[in-house]
Amino acid sequence: MRPFSYSRATDARDALERFQPGTMYLGGGTNLVDLMRLGVARPDSLVDVTRLPYDTVEAAGDGLRIGAAVRNSDLAMHPVVRERYPMLARAVLSGASGQVRNMATVAGNLLQRTRCPYFQDISHPCNKRRPASGCPAIDGDHSGLAVFGHSEHCVATHPSDMAVALAALDARVHVTGPAGDRVVPMPGLHRLPDGEPERDTVLAAGELITAVELPPPPAGASHYRKVRERASFAFALVSVAAVLDVADGVVRDCRLALGGVAHAPWRAELAEAELRGAPATQEDFSRAAEAELSRARPLPRNAYKVPLARNLIVRTLQELVP
Amino acid sequence: MAEITLQVNGAQRSVSADTRTSLLDLLREHLDLTGTKKGCDHGQCGACTVLIDGRRANSCLALAVAWDGAEITTVEGLGDGAEPHPLQTAFMDFDAFQCGYCTPGQLCSAAGMLAEGGPSAVTADLTGDPPLTAEEIRERMNGNLCRCGAYVNIVAAIEDVSR
Amino acid sequence: MNRVEGRDKVTGRARYAYEYPAEDVAYAYAVQSPIAHGRIRSIDASEALATPGVLAVLSSADPPALGSRDDAELALFQTHEVAYHGQIVAAVVATTSETAREAAQYAVRIEYDAEPHHVRLRTDHCGLYRPDKVNPAFPTDTEQGDVAAGLARAAVTIDATYTTPTEHNNPMEPHASMAVWEENGDLTLFDSIQGASDDRDTIASVLGLPPERVRVISPHVGGGFGSKGTTRPNAILAALAARAVGRPVKIALTRQQMFDVTGYRTPTIQRVRLGADAAGRLTAITHDVVEQSSTIKEFAEQTATPTRVMYAAPARRTTHRLVRLHVPTPAWMRAPGEAPGMWALESAMDELAIAAGIDPIELRVLNEPAVEPESGLPFSSRNLVACLREGARRFGWANRDPEPGIRLEGRWLTGTGVAASTYPARRRPSRASAAVEDGDFVIRIAAADIGTGARTVLTGIAAQTLGSPAERVRVEIGDSALPRASLAGGSMGTASWGSAVVRACEALLKNGAEGTADTTEDVESDSGFARHAFGAQFAEVRVDIDTGEVRVPRLLGVFAAGRVLDEKLGRSQFIGGMTMGLGMALMEETVVDERSGAFLNHDLAQYHIATCADVRDIEAVWIEEEDPHLNPMGAKGIGEIGIVGTAAAIANAVYHATGRRIRDLPITPPKLLG
Repeated sequence: MRPFSYSRATDARDALERFQPGTMYLGGGTNLVDLMRLGVARPDSLVDVTRLPYDTVEAAGDGLRIGAAVRNSDLAMHPVVRERYPMLARAVLSGASGQVRNMATVAGNLLQRTRCPYFQDISHPCNKRRPASGCPAIDGDHSGLAVFGHSEHCVATHPSDMAVALAALDARVHVTGPAGDRVVPMPGLHRLPDGEPERDTVLAAGELITAVELPPPPAGASHYRKVRERASFAFALVSVAAVLDVADGVVRDCRLALGGVAHAPWRAELAEAELRGAPATQEDFSRAAEAELSRARPLPRNAYKVPLARNLIVRTLQELVP
Repeated sequence: MAEITLQVNGAQRSVSADTRTSLLDLLREHLDLTGTKKGCDHGQCGACTVLIDGRRANSCLALAVAWDGAEITTVEGLGDGAEPHPLQTAFMDFDAFQCGYCTPGQLCSAAGMLAEGGPSAVTADLTGDPPLTAEEIRERMNGNLCRCGAYVNIVAAIEDVSR
Repeated sequence: MNRVEGRDKVTGRARYAYEYPAEDVAYAYAVQSPIAHGRIRSIDASEALATPGVLAVLSSADPPALGSRDDAELALFQTHEVAYHGQIVAAVVATTSETAREAAQYAVRIEYDAEPHHVRLRTDHCGLYRPDKVNPAFPTDTEQGDVAAGLARAAVTIDATYTTPTEHNNPMEPHASMAVWEENGDLTLFDSIQGASDDRDTIASVLGLPPERVRVISPHVGGGFGSKGTTRPNAILAALAARAVGRPVKIALTRQQMFDVTGYRTPTIQRVRLGADAAGRLTAITHDVVEQSSTIKEFAEQTATPTRVMYAAPARRTTHRLVRLHVPTPAWMRAPGEAPGMWALESAMDELAIAAGIDPIELRVLNEPAVEPESGLPFSSRNLVACLREGARRFGWANRDPEPGIRLEGRWLTGTGVAASTYPARRRPSRASAAVEDGDFVIRIAAADIGTGARTVLTGIAAQTLGSPAERVRVEIGDSALPRASLAGGSMGTASWGSAVVRACEALLKNGAEGTADTTEDVESDSGFARHAFGAQFAEVRVDIDTGEVRVPRLLGVFAAGRVLDEKLGRSQFIGGMTMGLGMALMEETVVDERSGAFLNHDLAQYHIATCADVRDIEAVWIEEEDPHLNPMGAKGIGEIGIVGTAAAIANAVYHATGRRIRDLPITPPKLLG
């Protein structure tokens, strides 16, 4: 690690004032400290934002406002989250370990970086880590990487489980920054790599997430299902967050987001469009999944993600039919 | 450099350390509390698990300076003076370790886990407080790797204490 | 009995190599090559040396004097040549670990002239050759009978290729050393090592010191599984760095560095051909193995050797071919030879059983040999059939429908499988002493407890020999100053050290005060029998039909390993091996990046070992086996046999569940989806 200065911000204004080029905000540290130790992140100064007054989960109208500094485990344990947004609770619980969830914050979870092996090892080139140095994953080992929305510059995936559920729930991310406050809808916080894979999100330098707002829970049943190479404590090969509202055998509404398949949580809008108003049958679920997967561009070593995502979508939706 | 004061196993400890120093290294290198182990230094194995303000955490991912003022319990402070913690006794009786290197992390993690309650990723109904079955313990202890393969005995030991 | 050092381990008092306090200690961090082949053009350490806190930079720009450069993995900083990605090319020594690491990664400028590298194991590689022997001293190739004729007259044949990936030992304790040079020029080295005596000799030889000037201390070792079986560069680096800066120096390899410089299991490509007559009797077996070593050192794994032991057949051929690649040198990983070899052989036996329409247990029973097939020696004891029968009874094998892919429970396909296990039962010369001190018995032997329970088992052996309660016996191990002992490896620890402890205790009983023993002559006279432990493993699996996820609700191992000296610890050894075998079956794989030559997934988030959640019901039992031809305890080693056969049992169960034969480990969801 490069030597750095450390300070604790007391409120958002204080944090913004402390932010300079070379500064990074420190949340739970579960990914940032990891990346600093690897030499991937090399801040000159850390501004600790965990003591900002964003550590509560509160009702907001019929929805919920989750402070950016809320620890992942506290989010998953919150009675209202468990009762009204169980898909979100399950997504959070599906990620990492009990220890990591006790440390990691909501904002930190959203802003964690890809686990692409080339990105994490500074002995390799990586366009995300060192722009224009190349992407060895495209011709190398991309077995865990993106099948949707990747570019010739980057095939990284976003590793969060929580973000996939938030994308399906139409969450809104509240941001403050040097240019004022704004709200970024999910999905939409995370970018696709295009020609600028070094930018994971739409946030500008110095911008700080203050809260995540959940609209009232969508009608219907929901589930988060994650497939990985071992039974627990591993990143998703593919995951799905699904909400299905069925009345009289017909899909009234559907929300579908995929994890482990793109540079951002992947909202399966084509599948959703196919499903709305369609009969809630396996055949229709399959057709919807195929519609979404028609825009997948798998690479040689991750082609398995296409049938896996298809099967997972169909299976999860079937299980949600009342 | 930073001045860092922690309550460690009930005693106040003040250390002047590099801002880069992890809580894990602070314990091991500065306080000679070498019971807490470094297995991966990236939060991927759990050998460094301690309780921070009563909650289990990976001390390798914690910058010591960021936890200035916190209460830390390590494996050395788990028991009550000379009396071992029931988990420590159960780990001995159930042969829940072999090389012993992951053991302090397993013990601190188990102690933290038993205090947590609530559902896990394998709980069917997330609104309830499920009984701590073997399946629940296995999922909740996912962050503590054991290469010797003592999991069967670890789960049995924790089950025994949780009863 | 409970582990004698258990209290120390659960309270955090047990110190491992890195954890000894030392005055004025400095820290070393290794710089590694980012190229896989080529040479160093220039080294500029000026920025590192100008960094506050940096005490020294070691590199081939100023090669430190060594006594021996025979082992190129240990002869640090002697050459500008680079043989693999991640090779140690320099090191920074500093007053803090943070400073050393930062300077090593960012302030040592090394320029390289890269040359083309080859890192992928292939059966058509032009560099394939026949090594003179395979680890440790087995013949490379063997042939008996007429293989071609045996295959030609077979009613059923199997000809299949099985592969295993690079796998890493990954003990939980990273390899670590602390070197302290005493005023008189002696070296004390705290080292994470599976054998203090051999480590001491190697370090002394590399540094050019007489062995008596070096002392290795390692009372607690956080696992090794072979990777700490031999001296690793961290020990040499600590000693060189401490010599350079005139202070004690500590080094702990990072998890990532461990992948590069502490050994690994070679990938293997194994072609197995089996022929059997209509009744299922083998007419021929061939087992041809292709594997790798580095360009700087030969390590040839004995992968086909279990095929020389397992089944009767009139014709048999086993071969090993090696290719030297721009990779680190492979080494021992739990059951080298047997673990990958039996995965192939026992998968092939399952395929043969299906092809021949014979129950896989009955097929093995049919081909049970009367003597060790290749040597013709009688077995000191062999109870494979008893293990298979007992396992079948306990597991509920009797009503198994062999038809694959027909049992669906919800969205899970279920199946069961069986495979045999074997591991040699050998011992090595060791010395021990026994004395009465303050009314207690003190046993001294430079044995190592890497988690096997050696300290506890030796306590029990001594107590039994002396007719004393165990509480009155104290066993001192893990120090090269103690009587010389063999290392903890090859499942030989208990047999080797126990023999010496028994003899030393017997000598003490004779003279009443103290006894010493050296088992060199005893061990040299071990001949006339083929000595192996055997076992049978049963697996039940569930495979998700939508996702290819595999779960293992049940694993049962039944072993015949002589006398199991301690029930509690013995069960733990078997279960631990089976747990690692589950990882081998389903998830363990080191990915080699062909472009860079690097091990890509070099941490515990990417290299998956089994978590607590992956391990459900694993049980191990054993049958009583009296074997008078082994050692005074009548025990066979049990540290490794648990991992042998597990992967095949699981793969055979996956076939039974799905009808899909996976011949390429590990069995991951993508392979079952594809």
